[in-house]
Amino acid sequence: MSDEEQKEPLQSSLRVQELIYGLKIGEVMTKKVFAVSRNCTMRDVQQIMKSNGITGVPVVDNRRVVGFVSMNDVMTALEEGGMDEGVIARMSGEVQTLAEEMPLSFAISAFNKFSFRSFPVVSKKNELVGILTFRNINLALIRELSRQLREMEHLHEYPEEHASLELVKVYQLNRYDFENGGKASIEIKKFLKERGISLALVRRVAVASYELEINLVAHSIGGMLSFDINKDRVKISSHDRGPGIDDVEQALTEGFSTANEWIRSQGFGAGMGLPNVKRVSDEFAIQSAVGMGTMIRTVIHFKEEKQNED
Amino acid sequence: MKISDIQSLEGFACLQGEYTDTQVQDGYTSDLLSDVMAHAEEDSVLITIQAHKNTVAVSSLVGVVAIIVCSNRPATDDMLEAAREEGIAVFQTDGNQFQTSSLIAQHLASCPAR
Repeated sequence: MSDEEQKEPLQSSLRVQELIYGLKIGEVMTKKVFAVSRNCTMRDVQQIMKSNGITGVPVVDNRRVVGFVSMNDVMTALEEGGMDEGVIARMSGEVQTLAEEMPLSFAISAFNKFSFRSFPVVSKKNELVGILTFRNINLALIRELSRQLREMEHLHEYPEEHASLELVKVYQLNRYDFENGGKASIEIKKFLKERGISLALVRRVAVASYELEINLVAHSIGGMLSFDINKDRVKISSHDRGPGIDDVEQALTEGFSTANEWIRSQGFGAGMGLPNVKRVSDEFAIQSAVGMGTMIRTVIHFKEEKQNED
Repeated sequence: MKISDIQSLEGFACLQGEYTDTQVQDGYTSDLLSDVMAHAEEDSVLITIQAHKNTVAVSSLVGVVAIIVCSNRPATDDMLEAAREEGIAVFQTDGNQFQTSSLIAQHLASCPAR
């Protein structure tokens, strides 16, 4: 894999995309990590690699990742006769880590962006909790797809009665495609209205969905919006492939916008999008990493009154 | 006032006339679609200079029944097409947003819907 050429993002089927957005890095990574401390030598690392069949070892200090020794670093040390040197001298000190609660899609972006074969995974406290290789991703996808296939086969054999208020739908949105921005929201609004959901609730769903749709079109390089509706609630998830939000706090501030002139001339980019979504949602969660993407999940309940106002 | 009453106002032209002629309950003036999204009331008339397809999308989502395009701004064909599909009336006027708002407000007050 080369990090010079910007890789075209893999266009996988919607089902696979759903999976890579739905799975978290923490669920997929290898939890058994071989790490070394600062005072180990390159020979120690090489031993660990050899006996465990791994290609990269994080260097930790008090559970924090301070460096990474790859197979390449070991080979260079071998060539230069530096096997007895400490890892400090030979590791790469700038390590790209991934957070365990990030969606798998972020990891895939990271693999596309950097040439590393594996990434150390850290917890919220920034402590090393695992390691992620492409092998982990492949295995997880195969496992999940097999499970889904089994379910589909089962459903095929025993078709169930479809409840009227049930829908799972995924919409693909492209950058600057204002033409189609709004289509998903209008369809979902009609679906809910036809099923007798109150106007106030339909409107909340419409607001959240429309703002997310426009966000994908105006600010992301492309992504998808998925709806999961049952009798109790509407779950909307928005995922994109980048560029990611630098300061999420700021993006949630009313009036803050990075929209360009053209977007503004279309009546958007007033910095009301995300605050609007948050305001109408019962549950709201956002995750973003620059260069990897943004994921927003929001839930609107049918029954209960909205609980949190901010 | 009813939606069709807008058409008979001076300086108003109807650009999209396929709609159900219901009562207009309220009005909202804004060129920021997110603002319309957040605050416009159901069965309102929207007074704006944003004359494109997304204006219709937002109107449809919040239940705006008629759009008045101010300052004789041209409306795009796909906007009118979308409005036809959604059954939303589109009018055009030479007045600006302030003039149009005050005119519509007077009419709403003199023939209250409720």
